[in-house]
Amino acid sequence: MTDIAITLTVNGVVRQVEVPGRRLLSDCLRHDLGLTGTHVGCEHGVCGCCTVLLDGEPVRSCLTFAVTVDGHDITTVEGLAAPDGAMSPVQRAFAECHGLQCGFCTPGFLCTVTALLRDNPSPTGEEVLEGISGNLCRCTGYQNIVKSVHRAAEIMAEET
Amino acid sequence: MHGEAAGGGGMTTKLFGEPVRRREDPRLLTGQGRYLDDLGTHALEAAFVRSPHAHARIRDVDVSAALDVDGLVAIYTWEDLPALLAQPLPLLIPHPALTHGRTAYPLARDLVRHVGEPVVMVVARDRYLAEDACALIRVDYEVLKPVVGVEEAARSARLVHDDVPGNVGAHLVQEVPSAAGLGAREAIEAAPHTLSFRLDIERSASMPLEGRGVYARWDADDQSLRVYTSTQTSTSVRMAVAARLGLPLPKVEVIAPDVGGGFGVKIVHPWPEELLVPWAAIALGREVKWTEDRREHFVSSAHERAQVHSVRVGFDDDGRVLGLDVTILHDHGAYTPYGIIVPIITSTQLPGPYRIGAYRVEFSSIYTNTVQVTPYRGAGRPQAVFCMERTMDHIAAHLGADRTAVRAVNFIQPDEFPYDQGLIFQDGRPLIYDSGDYPESLRMLKELIGWDSFPELKARAAAEGRRIGIGIGCYVEGTGVGPYEGGHVQITSDGRVHVSTGLTSQGQGHETVFAQIAATELGVPLERVSVVTGDTRRFGYAVGTFASRAAVMSGNAIALACRKVREKALRIAADALEADPGDLEIADGEVRVVGSPGAAIPLATVAVLSNPLRYAFDAEAARATQFAGASSFDRPPVAEGEEPGLEGRDYYSPLRSTFASGMHAAIVETDPLTAEIRILRYAVVHDCGNLINPMIVEGQIHGGVAQGVGGALYERMVYDEHGQLLNASFMDFLMPYATEVPFIETAHLQTPSPLNPLGIKGAGEAGVIPVSAVIASAVEDAEGIEIDRMPISPSELFDLRRSAG
Ligand code: FES
Ligand code: FES
Repeated sequence: MTDIAITLTVNGVVRQVEVPGRRLLSDCLRHDLGLTGTHVGCEHGVCGCCTVLLDGEPVRSCLTFAVTVDGHDITTVEGLAAPDGAMSPVQRAFAECHGLQCGFCTPGFLCTVTALLRDNPSPTGEEVLEGISGNLCRCTGYQNIVKSVHRAAEIMAEET
Repeated sequence: MHGEAAGGGGMTTKLFGEPVRRREDPRLLTGQGRYLDDLGTHALEAAFVRSPHAHARIRDVDVSAALDVDGLVAIYTWEDLPALLAQPLPLLIPHPALTHGRTAYPLARDLVRHVGEPVVMVVARDRYLAEDACALIRVDYEVLKPVVGVEEAARSARLVHDDVPGNVGAHLVQEVPSAAGLGAREAIEAAPHTLSFRLDIERSASMPLEGRGVYARWDADDQSLRVYTSTQTSTSVRMAVAARLGLPLPKVEVIAPDVGGGFGVKIVHPWPEELLVPWAAIALGREVKWTEDRREHFVSSAHERAQVHSVRVGFDDDGRVLGLDVTILHDHGAYTPYGIIVPIITSTQLPGPYRIGAYRVEFSSIYTNTVQVTPYRGAGRPQAVFCMERTMDHIAAHLGADRTAVRAVNFIQPDEFPYDQGLIFQDGRPLIYDSGDYPESLRMLKELIGWDSFPELKARAAAEGRRIGIGIGCYVEGTGVGPYEGGHVQITSDGRVHVSTGLTSQGQGHETVFAQIAATELGVPLERVSVVTGDTRRFGYAVGTFASRAAVMSGNAIALACRKVREKALRIAADALEADPGDLEIADGEVRVVGSPGAAIPLATVAVLSNPLRYAFDAEAARATQFAGASSFDRPPVAEGEEPGLEGRDYYSPLRSTFASGMHAAIVETDPLTAEIRILRYAVVHDCGNLINPMIVEGQIHGGVAQGVGGALYERMVYDEHGQLLNASFMDFLMPYATEVPFIETAHLQTPSPLNPLGIKGAGEAGVIPVSAVIASAVEDAEGIEIDRMPISPSELFDLRRSAG
């Protein structure tokens, strides 16, 4: 199988990589680029663990072939913190509200919620539920994740 | 080992009991977690050819077409395995009643007994290529007729294992007569009222979002093996690997890295892959890794819950249970690697918080051609509580009494502890409840959910054309089963405290709660404590994280180890301060003379003093060298009976389990047209003794209730008559999202356990246990139709309505 050279901007850094056409974006990020923060829970598009931001929009990286995003901008969980390493409001809110247990689903939630709050900085309860309803968590029972999203909105409001 | 009473220890830095934020979070929130598949970047990868048939004889395996795959490294079948590894996998928990225990071979030998059983292992440069090769391997099967469904299997002439008559793996009866010596059946006959009914629960599964995985490295120079595995029990995997690969135990290290949830399924060991991957790593002299994919997890790991129960109960006019007789058919799947723990737990935890006049329970554990059954969070208790609580509801309905009143007359009273249920529990020890306050728990729950005012609410809803119902479920949960756990604590000369324990963590926050315990016991700030779990290099003796035992077992072991270190620190400090150890306290990382503010010595310095050195490699060490002064020439540098260093190790081994308890209630609404079931409110009163970290305990409850909601309304494994699992994906096996899980209101009751120094009980599984019973009770209340099988879907409720007329 001939590999295809692609260029991605991942977390602000231009990365070049050669991948087979069938390489999933999730595998490319995790195994070719060493960004293992993006997790794979089902590889069939249901759990949301593998969610990353593609040009700012949340996508399932397990349903995306790496070659199809050649030239695009990708943000993974590793890219959510500020350049100085300070955690983003969403990350801080999850820590504050016990929004994670095993942490396996967490990167997907963080990316989803980051995009959600960018588009809607003060979501209602319903909008929060709707916003995270594409991500499975087997540990937390969601209550603290919901709380984290509201808290993140609050932190963002306080800090702007 | 000690058995001190609760309390104890001069606690100055009071972190025990505080909702301290989790210390594992920064790592996990920034993508710096290290889960199994994050390791071994350059490892070869394995994939498996698994049986597509539920029951078949393997006639031939033809690998020739696969040999051309670019990047292929090796292909193995059963015949390639060395003698030790070619044996059936161990039967981990034998039991006298398990007369026909059977386990699988690591790779199938001649026969496959469920879809998904591994037949061939392929190792290649990466997983894509390994799967390419798998796809080209031709296995010739003679397909046999499978046995599917527990009742079918119990009746069937067809056998899962040729040498297991009637497909019965185990059969066990336990009977506790009444105070007057009456057997349960006699007591039921003699009772003023009797009822009989049948209760069913479907199969579900742990389904952690991270599947299983193994990564192994062989060091040929050192002749040693390191295995990383996504397990709930690294020490036992280590022993299994050493035993089955014929390696000396000290040459095997096993590490559980960050684990993405376990919920029971990762306690099974060794999984075939946990032996095969390390063996391949040795055989090939290369790092080898296997990461389970989701379909593999559905068809080749383990399920639980499926049981059929026949209940017969006799009671008096107040609803007091005089006799209870339960017969259980347990579907064990194709193998019994984990013994019969699940039906044992169901049968012994069934009486719950109640004093049962006379109790008889009998179970048969039946083989079927489906994935094996091993404990899933709650482990047999959701079924037990479903039986007992449905029974209470039936009694109340029969008598026209309030459901909580019937429960209340049966409660064991607070002054009756310790209460002996007269049964033998899962650990082979008597089932004796240590403490609890069930009437208070019920009072709190009724208040929290508004039980007494519900009828008005219901009437108001009815007037609007809405159907709502309320349900309740009570449980007692044996937690903190033995045999033991250990803890090691070391204070180094920089004043840091290093804690290690052998049991593992799968997201429960052990790094945090164990650090809280150590910081409290040693009087040091939390930031100075680090915790390592599940790494056999740091602590080799352990049992594992399951059965809500981690905090009770390792927590107490760590507290005891800390107390040893503390005592030593006080002794050394007393010498240095020329004070009596009894006049000293430790606070903020310093040993102080109580009441004289100036006289103090940092723990770091005590650590330096504890270790006489020859070499000065840094400033602290320089202060401890033999020329640093203050040595006495009539004593050896390390006194007799002493050891260098400020460290301690201790073990906690309980007499028996401790019994947590709780009660849940829910209000549900059912749609008159669509039969959709919505949970409007969910309330939990929970008693796990002293709380180490209330935030973490609540998190455990939330997660448990969510899994319970899944079990009550959505999750089921759908097998067809050919033994094919029809819903082996997240598209088809439904687990709740945020939109399906209600807000959970919680209240804590704390009845400390008298059995352990910290007075704690386990909290890991509680949330899940009564949910099916609660939802069934509430739906029944809303609909006025008996609910005797769970989970219940809208279409099933719709059908029930139709047949109810
Ligand atoms: S791994 Fe991509 S959605 Fe589950
Ligand atoms: S925290 Fe474990 S799956 Fe969400």
